[in-house]
Amino acid sequence: MTREITFAAAIREATDQCLQADPRVYLMGLGVPDPKGIFGTTTGLQEAYGVDRVLDMPASENAMTGVAIGSAIAGQRPILTHQRVDFALLSLDQLFNNAAKWHAMFGGQMRVPLVVRLMVGRGWGQGPQHSQSLHSLFGHVPGLKVVMPSTPHDAKGLLTAAVQDDDVVIYIEHRWLHGVVGDVPAGTYTVPIGAARVAREGSDITLVASGYQTLEALRAAEWLAEDGVSAEVVDLRSIKPIDEHAIVASVGRTRRLLAVDGGWRFAGVASEVLAIAAEQAHASLSTAPRRITLPERHTPTSWPAAQRYYPGVPEIVATVRDMLGLPPQSVPPQWRESGYGDQPSPSFRGPF
Amino acid sequence: MSTIPARPADAADVGQSLLYGMLRIRMVEEAIASRYHHEEMRCPVHLSIGQEAVAVGVASALDRRDAVLSTHRAHAHYLAKGGDLRAMIAEIHGRATGCSGGMGGSMHLVDMEAGFLGSTPIVGGSIPVGAGVAFASKQRGDGRVTAVFFGDGTTEEGVFYETLNFAALHRLPLVFICEDNLYSVYSPREVRQPAGRDLVALGRSMGLAAERGDGNDVRLVRDLATRAVARARSGDGPTLLELSTYRWLEHCGPNYDNDIGYRSEAEFEVWRERCPVERETARVIAAGEATVASIDATRLRIAAEVDDAFAFALASPFPEDRDLPAAYASPLVNPR
Repeated sequence: MTREITFAAAIREATDQCLQADPRVYLMGLGVPDPKGIFGTTTGLQEAYGVDRVLDMPASENAMTGVAIGSAIAGQRPILTHQRVDFALLSLDQLFNNAAKWHAMFGGQMRVPLVVRLMVGRGWGQGPQHSQSLHSLFGHVPGLKVVMPSTPHDAKGLLTAAVQDDDVVIYIEHRWLHGVVGDVPAGTYTVPIGAARVAREGSDITLVASGYQTLEALRAAEWLAEDGVSAEVVDLRSIKPIDEHAIVASVGRTRRLLAVDGGWRFAGVASEVLAIAAEQAHASLSTAPRRITLPERHTPTSWPAAQRYYPGVPEIVATVRDMLGLPPQSVPPQWRESGYGDQPSPSFRGPF
Repeated sequence: MSTIPARPADAADVGQSLLYGMLRIRMVEEAIASRYHHEEMRCPVHLSIGQEAVAVGVASALDRRDAVLSTHRAHAHYLAKGGDLRAMIAEIHGRATGCSGGMGGSMHLVDMEAGFLGSTPIVGGSIPVGAGVAFASKQRGDGRVTAVFFGDGTTEEGVFYETLNFAALHRLPLVFICEDNLYSVYSPREVRQPAGRDLVALGRSMGLAAERGDGNDVRLVRDLATRAVARARSGDGPTLLELSTYRWLEHCGPNYDNDIGYRSEAEFEVWRERCPVERETARVIAAGEATVASIDATRLRIAAEVDDAFAFALASPFPEDRDLPAAYASPLVNPR
């Protein structure tokens, strides 16, 4: 059975089904049982599964990550949540030095089946320390897997896959996706970690994106289509492992590549995408590949400045037109977003 | 001493087994130190000479199924818990037969069979992991107790307080063992902590049971640990033990370093007089539990076991890349 539910409800459903299916699974994080329920993703779960399996925790990100690791090597399957990526920086010692390495460091005798859910903030003045998108940082470290769903379907399937996985999976969710709706099967299913999807087929250029930027890329592709430009959108879904085959195959079809990433440029995911294309699809490229990333500075809190900070549909369209040798075009009225730009656009609610 | 027990607590005679455990650690560490210059052990070694009583006393209070996690200075903890000697020596030699398959070296010891779940050299790094093992025991009700060893420098790390808090909050079956050997590498207590810091009072204020003791008195350590383990096992929560002791050799390596300026020969001599092995030897002989001759005979047997472990290590192959564990437990592949 398929229904339309929100991204947040899909996460909650996956968590519920994982807790139901496996007594080793437990869920822990600051605010997990509180009235807001981590943007609605954990609401009611403590009532259903008890305080031993769904619990709040002290504001001790590093120790609690270590606790999750210790319980994992002892056979449990923890899901740890942080309401911002930024908060999890306090746990990087445990994540990088222990979680990522415990399996190999001791000769492959132990496993760390740990899921860490991290939320990317944006809008309403989130500012420099509540909006960082650091997926490339986690992806850099061997031993960590990193997923970044963009649809309710993949949010559920990737979370279930992450919980079932025997390695550490960093599950990054953009908070502007929580309210997005889409078709989600009611039963348990997984979306394989490491498999991208072609979110929209096209023939003139490949847009590689992930997480929330996939929505921007899809909208840009719609606008471009009105002017006869056929853009293919590859939604990475997983950052680590990254689906090199999907990137190379798409570039082979379109011969042009624009990587759209929600992180910074230096050594980021967009850079990785371009490196893959340079190494494996060089002969296919008819023009230099390009990147759209965050500017090399911190997120402003002031809303007009934040609106200018985030690249989106207009920047993608302008870059694509430039790559195709088309003249610049002013934003048509139907593609103009009104308002402050600090809340998810009503036109971004899906389904996509 | 007519038999070599598999581990101290298995021996019929506790006095003899405590001594045996310490003597064995002392002799293993001395063997490492004396052979280190051969440069076959090509990794840092943080030796435990002088600190044997903490390891053996605590381990004697634990069952084999109980869990231990430790630090960079872990040889004593590993051996006391029943870790395989051959596998440890081979690991220090970087061999495929090592306890971590050559991935870890001296600082990453493990013996799953013995409940030694790992040692790590990031200060404070294994403390919350130990709490997590204890948390799993509480969740599963498996009756297992976990002990985590760390040094006095670790009590300056934030993660130490974070873990004390969580362990007390959830009354985890956990024993924290602070081996206070006065120095964090070469930095004495007075440059690291204000005078008068009372770790036991601090532990109690955080909601733990806490006790302090002479970490060079193996019987006292055993008694403190036995009470702590009993509390943990019966659901009465975690205990913090602060045990004073002294590292005889340099922070890292096989040599004495009393001449380099961070501590004095006189201070060392005071602690050498408190040698945990000699103290227990005197006690055992005075009680008529062993004789000089029987202890000498035990030394010979241990020496043979140590020689065998080194021979095993040196005869073992180095790991091939294909045999080294991948960074991921499940293959990192893109599904098609």
